[in-house]
Amino acid sequence: MNFHELFAHFGDITVDGLTKGSIYALVALGYTLVYGVLKLINFAHSEVFMVGTWTVLGAYSLVGADEGSGVGILIIATVLGFLLAPLASAGTALAVERIAYRPLRRKNAPPLIFLITAIGCSLVLTETFGQALHAIFGPPFGRAAVSIPSLIPEKEWVNLSWIAISNTQILVIVAAIVMMVALDAFVNRSRLGRGVRAVAQDPDTAALMGVNQDRVIMLIFVLGGAMAGIAAMLYTIRYDITKFDIGFLIGVKAFTAAVLGGIGNLRGALVGGLVLGVVEVYSSTLFSSNWEDVTAFVVLVLVLMFRPTGILGESLAKARA
Amino acid sequence: MTLLELEDVVLNYGKIRALHGLTLSVDAGEVVALIGANGAGKTSTMRAISGVRGLHSGRIVFDGQDVTKLRADQRLRKGMCLAPEGRGIFPGMTVQENLDMGAYTRKDREAVASDFERVFTLFPRLLERRKQFAGTMSGGEQQMLAIGRSLMSRPRLLLLDEPSMGLAPMLIKQIFSIISEINQQGTTVLVVEQNAKQALSLADRAYVLETGSIVKSGTGAALLNDPSIREAYLGVA
Ligand SMILES: Nc1ncnc2c1ncn2[C@@H]1O[C@H](COP(=O)(O)OP(=O)(O)OP(=O)(O)O)[C@@H](O)[C@H]1O
Ligand SMILES: [Mg+2]
Repeated sequence: MNFHELFAHFGDITVDGLTKGSIYALVALGYTLVYGVLKLINFAHSEVFMVGTWTVLGAYSLVGADEGSGVGILIIATVLGFLLAPLASAGTALAVERIAYRPLRRKNAPPLIFLITAIGCSLVLTETFGQALHAIFGPPFGRAAVSIPSLIPEKEWVNLSWIAISNTQILVIVAAIVMMVALDAFVNRSRLGRGVRAVAQDPDTAALMGVNQDRVIMLIFVLGGAMAGIAAMLYTIRYDITKFDIGFLIGVKAFTAAVLGGIGNLRGALVGGLVLGVVEVYSSTLFSSNWEDVTAFVVLVLVLMFRPTGILGESLAKARA
Repeated sequence: MTLLELEDVVLNYGKIRALHGLTLSVDAGEVVALIGANGAGKTSTMRAISGVRGLHSGRIVFDGQDVTKLRADQRLRKGMCLAPEGRGIFPGMTVQENLDMGAYTRKDREAVASDFERVFTLFPRLLERRKQFAGTMSGGEQQMLAIGRSLMSRPRLLLLDEPSMGLAPMLIKQIFSIISEINQQGTTVLVVEQNAKQALSLADRAYVLETGSIVKSGTGAALLNDPSIREAYLGVA
């Protein structure tokens, strides 16, 4: 166990964990929103993230941006990435809801059918990028990892003896927190957000008060999808890569984060994501990076043994300002 | 003028038939009571009217318009609002937020503000407890909240499913006097009640429901004096 390494670079490692955790947290919101309202684990959400990363690649190539481009192009490409990735992700999430889940709701399908459908949607989307699009367009689609130009060169903004923080780390953490605060305020303070909470607490009574349930459901898929799209953009800025199955592991981690924080609870997603990110990097420093993914689940199991409802516990139904 | 009409309404829960061709009507401005034993189908009738549950067959006409195929949220927009049985308040929201939910579809901010005043005048307790979570309120307070919330949509037809359930006698009296006040302010009321005596004294007309069908109807006063009703529902031989 490499305690020396952990103590020597504690600050850097922690910041790295928080950066990772911020991305988990943003993706976790999608799981938590959908679960809070529909009591459905939307396995296709990992692919909503995946579509976002490819959209970033598409946005960059649309304006011909790569590492060597001029500042003007870089700014345009980055802004475009921040706009198009959430749009594409939200669109994907909405399409899954309209094409797959809504017809099942109309037929009052049992939960197991939703679960299988969700897994099916996830597979269809991964294989769309892994095979179908490859067959039509060839590379970059396919089963190989694709690198995404890193348009924001990494620079150290804070450099003290005990901690160094880079510009992209700050961007990821700040952007994630801003998005979370905005979403939290929307759900807890706006009229539509009140409608979302009403459907989560009691769908029939919400309808009796004039809430259109289908609209609320579309709204949560769009919101969760957009958050995953922002997460995808931040991920590509930080890790410069995508792949047809990139969503899988991140999806599993984000879902873990959601459960860890208390699924159905927006603030829980943030807490769960950050805790998970930090625990992961600590364990990969202490043991080796091979242990990183295992630790995530050990932590989950331990937390749930003592707090079965997750760290913050409450559901979206009860969560409020 | 007829505000609400149910024609031959049949409602099923799976294989269980709860309403067997129910027909009733409510005129604008009336208070109409629906009484009946446990399991007679009173709540099912309210569900059918408000659109929480679809019909097997039959027709529901509200304000001259066939609303049978409309969803609950669409029917609320047409001007009816149900305070459901067992209160159905949102436990994780504050009193204020619950009342806001009542006004969810409304855009007329000033009128909403004056309706808040009105609800707080009818139920001063709600004003004191504005910031409290509804789930932590007492049963009676929750009942007031459910009624207050349904008023916030400014319905033309107010549907109340057992507004006196679980309340102390004093409070029951108060709730009934508030219902009649609401009615005098211009709202048509259809009220389901176990408390037949109070309901019949309050109502202009009433229907008696037995196993999913109407078996009797008449003015409140007439039913109060009907010997078979007295025996079955008023506990007087
Ligand atoms: N969700 C349901 N599923 C199956 N059967 C139901 C359901 N709801 C009601 N029923 C049945 O339909 C019949 C009518 O029920 P309903 O709730 O309308 O009665 P009620 O007159 O409101 O009774 P109470 O006075 O006890 O509230 C009952 O036999 C009941 O068992
Ligand atoms: Mg009932």
